[in-house]
Amino acid sequence: MSTGFVLNGKTIKSELEPDTPLLWVIRDEIGLTGTKFGCGIAVCGACTVHLDGVPVRACITPISAVGGKKVVTIEGLSADPVGRRIQDAWVENNVPQCGYCQAGQCMSATALLKSNRNPSDKDIDEAMGGNICRCGCYTRIRASIKQAATKGGVA
Amino acid sequence: MSAHLDTLMASSPDSAGRRRFLQSLSAAGGLVLIVGHGVGAVAAEPKKYGADGMPNGWVDDSSVFVAIAPDGTVSIVCHRSEMGQGVRTGMPMIVADELEADWSRVKVVQAPGDEKRYGNQDTDGSRSTRHFFTPMRTCGASARMMLERAAAERWQVPVSEVHAKNHEVVHAKSGRRLGYCALAAAAAKLPVPSRDQVVLKDPSQFRYIGKGKIRIVDGRDIVTGKAVYGQDVRLPGMLFAVVARPDVYLGKVVSVDATQALKVPGVLKVVPIEPSPPPANFNPLGGVAVVATNTWAAIKGREALKIVWDDGPNASYDSRAYRATMEAAARVSGKSVRNDGDFDVAYAGAARKVQAEYYLPHLAHATMEPPAATARIVDGKCEVWSCVQSPQAARSLVAGCLGIDPANVTVNVTLLGGGFGRKSKPDFCVEAAVMSKAMDGKPVKVVWTREDDLRHDYFHTVSVEHLEAGLDDKGKCVAWLHRSVAPTILSTFVADAKNQFNLELGMTLRQVAPTIPNVRLENPEASAHTRIGWFRSVSNVPHAFATQSFIAEMAAAAGRDHRDYLLELIGPPQRIDTRTQGDDWNHGEDPDRYMFDTGRLRQVIESATREGGWGKTLPKGSGLGLAATYTFVTYVAAVAQVVVNAKGEVAIPRIDVAIDCGATVNPERIRSQIEGAAVMGMGVALFNEISFKNGRVEQGNLNDFELARIGSSPVDIRVHIMPSDYSRPLGGVGEPAVPPIAPAICNAIFAATGKRIRQLPVRDQLKA
Repeated sequence: MSTGFVLNGKTIKSELEPDTPLLWVIRDEIGLTGTKFGCGIAVCGACTVHLDGVPVRACITPISAVGGKKVVTIEGLSADPVGRRIQDAWVENNVPQCGYCQAGQCMSATALLKSNRNPSDKDIDEAMGGNICRCGCYTRIRASIKQAATKGGVA
Repeated sequence: MSAHLDTLMASSPDSAGRRRFLQSLSAAGGLVLIVGHGVGAVAAEPKKYGADGMPNGWVDDSSVFVAIAPDGTVSIVCHRSEMGQGVRTGMPMIVADELEADWSRVKVVQAPGDEKRYGNQDTDGSRSTRHFFTPMRTCGASARMMLERAAAERWQVPVSEVHAKNHEVVHAKSGRRLGYCALAAAAAKLPVPSRDQVVLKDPSQFRYIGKGKIRIVDGRDIVTGKAVYGQDVRLPGMLFAVVARPDVYLGKVVSVDATQALKVPGVLKVVPIEPSPPPANFNPLGGVAVVATNTWAAIKGREALKIVWDDGPNASYDSRAYRATMEAAARVSGKSVRNDGDFDVAYAGAARKVQAEYYLPHLAHATMEPPAATARIVDGKCEVWSCVQSPQAARSLVAGCLGIDPANVTVNVTLLGGGFGRKSKPDFCVEAAVMSKAMDGKPVKVVWTREDDLRHDYFHTVSVEHLEAGLDDKGKCVAWLHRSVAPTILSTFVADAKNQFNLELGMTLRQVAPTIPNVRLENPEASAHTRIGWFRSVSNVPHAFATQSFIAEMAAAAGRDHRDYLLELIGPPQRIDTRTQGDDWNHGEDPDRYMFDTGRLRQVIESATREGGWGKTLPKGSGLGLAATYTFVTYVAAVAQVVVNAKGEVAIPRIDVAIDCGATVNPERIRSQIEGAAVMGMGVALFNEISFKNGRVEQGNLNDFELARIGSSPVDIRVHIMPSDYSRPLGGVGEPAVPPIAPAICNAIFAATGKRIRQLPVRDQLKA
């Protein structure tokens, strides 16, 4: 059986078992490796993607739940002006250290800014609390979200 | 990120121990080449330090590190592993600066593991910049001189009349200029100037070094999903494997029933992996591998395996019981590692006595990227792609396990999604090679899950630190006893090792404040029951937590301000030969060149306390805490501000860190390393713990091995880099800011609440 969905604007069919998490469909079957494997139980956020615009953890989202829906991964984030602003702020502020968690951080940060154009520190803590950065880039993540928010025209 | 096999070897306690150690490494197979470097030379040659003392030393040949394409693109090789410390930006920046290259036309090329060609590649010990600053400058300068010579020959003018500037060579007299693209081919045909002919820039002419203006080279790739880590490697026709490893170290498979596993769609094969006899070395733990067409199928197949295990000799390892064992050992005399003056007499006559005991648990590295390696074998040649800090060790081990010449093994280094010392131990690369061999050479990626990572790490040691101090009637310390009990890293290489060795003892244990006249340091035995490894800052973490907490306790006992007391204890500025403190290791550096400079230690303390507002009045429940360390030949002081609320929850609004690491190459990445170290140190203080029961790690994933998150991390981290110049030797940066954080936080908790934390993590100790 196959599952059809839209990935970064392109129609895709997965032939993997319906219980296979979206993460492994994206990484192993389709070959987009920007979405990272960190924990497998939705506690680190490295695998965050947008499902119909909502940030979800791909590691616990079975492909059967994705049928007919729109998935955006880090590879498709630049097409979104808010996503692009987040990426630019990340680059400008040298946010990453090892960088492994940053795809997930960017996905969560973009979803935050799309729903809240001027997030407070508390909003940031809540929206980004599911994304772990073991290198500890948090002060720069916070600053970059604020910078991207400002550049969005609201501050 | 610190220990190194060669350092381990050189520091082995005695000749018999060294012989045993070498035998154990030789028996392990793959490491013969690495240790072979120093064997036999030990007695004959004078001791080597710094980069000279590392296996395969250093290389400064520009033809190895620099290539200029016809379009003018300058390719610069980075031979050290990038794990977030910024080495892929910093090292090429050094070359580019001396080369007068336009940074926008520089491409960074990652070297495979080949130390004969590139020099030492073991990326740990906070060594890359301090060991390769001069060799990389020489590479850049020599390439620049070749371009200048090529231009001078083209123009038929003396080479002294031309100079390189921003990707061009200029003849000022005639106004002629030629781009590097036009000169590359001719320059490449010229001989590389000998080292004594190379003229380095005056530091005033640096354009990138020390400026911190360059963005990290992989930044855009990271935020667009293009950056490739070990977990991300893809090859045509590749297979995916996960391994069921023994939950208890030295456990073995008794029987395996793979019937159900083989029914999982996508599962291709179930392959036993032989267990490795102790010592652990970097060998696979053994177990049962499941190979499949995708990772998820392999994971599901592993879940369906029915394995009967023999848990072996460590089946009763229990953290709670082991703590009591270590405490008992810490309360009686043990092996003396330094004994100056007469502690007993001075302590007996002291006006006031202070005693304390500190406990720090095992820790896991928990890199965001769990280990992963991909291997392929074609025509007797093996190629590996992996996130390793030690590609040379991986190469030797893979060659050893396959029984082929290391020349037939290529180890390609991907980006590392965190390292912290875990990825110095390439057991996962060996597993991948074994898997590829079992699958007739097909490419196989061995994926470690988070559970695998937390349960089969080379764990940071667990320790009990017992301290006693005698103070005179003015509060001055006259006697200092420190007993450190902790399973040693050496046990990973010498099965029965029970004492800490020079590398561990030289990490903040031996460097006692020089004003204390009577000092006794002891190291009672401790047995290891799991694989002990090095974690960012290694033994400095427990040793500094104990000593920096204890000095605060002494200050409180004496009724003195902690900062004033600490400065008095350190005494007036002086430069101390670390050998006089019993430390002949000195982080591998020349003790004449790198002396323990108490003046520099005082300066970072003064800076951090000044910037951190030491002495200011804070609201109830708030407090400031201080700690200072000299590690990896770098001086760091931290001042933490904490708030403890009525529920006993700790928040850290601000941490100030002052660092003196000598001259700086990339201050921007120094700041980011310290910001990260502050967060990691806070995790060590408040959350992190790995515990064992029935020989097994009790934690399974990041839900119960708790890490710092954005809401629990310090909101404001301020980094103060002490000014320096390039006449001073460089210090380490990646690790030195970790050790002072936990004691600074716990000293601040004391200031805020009066409660002294002697056991990490704090977790709910402050809760009612």
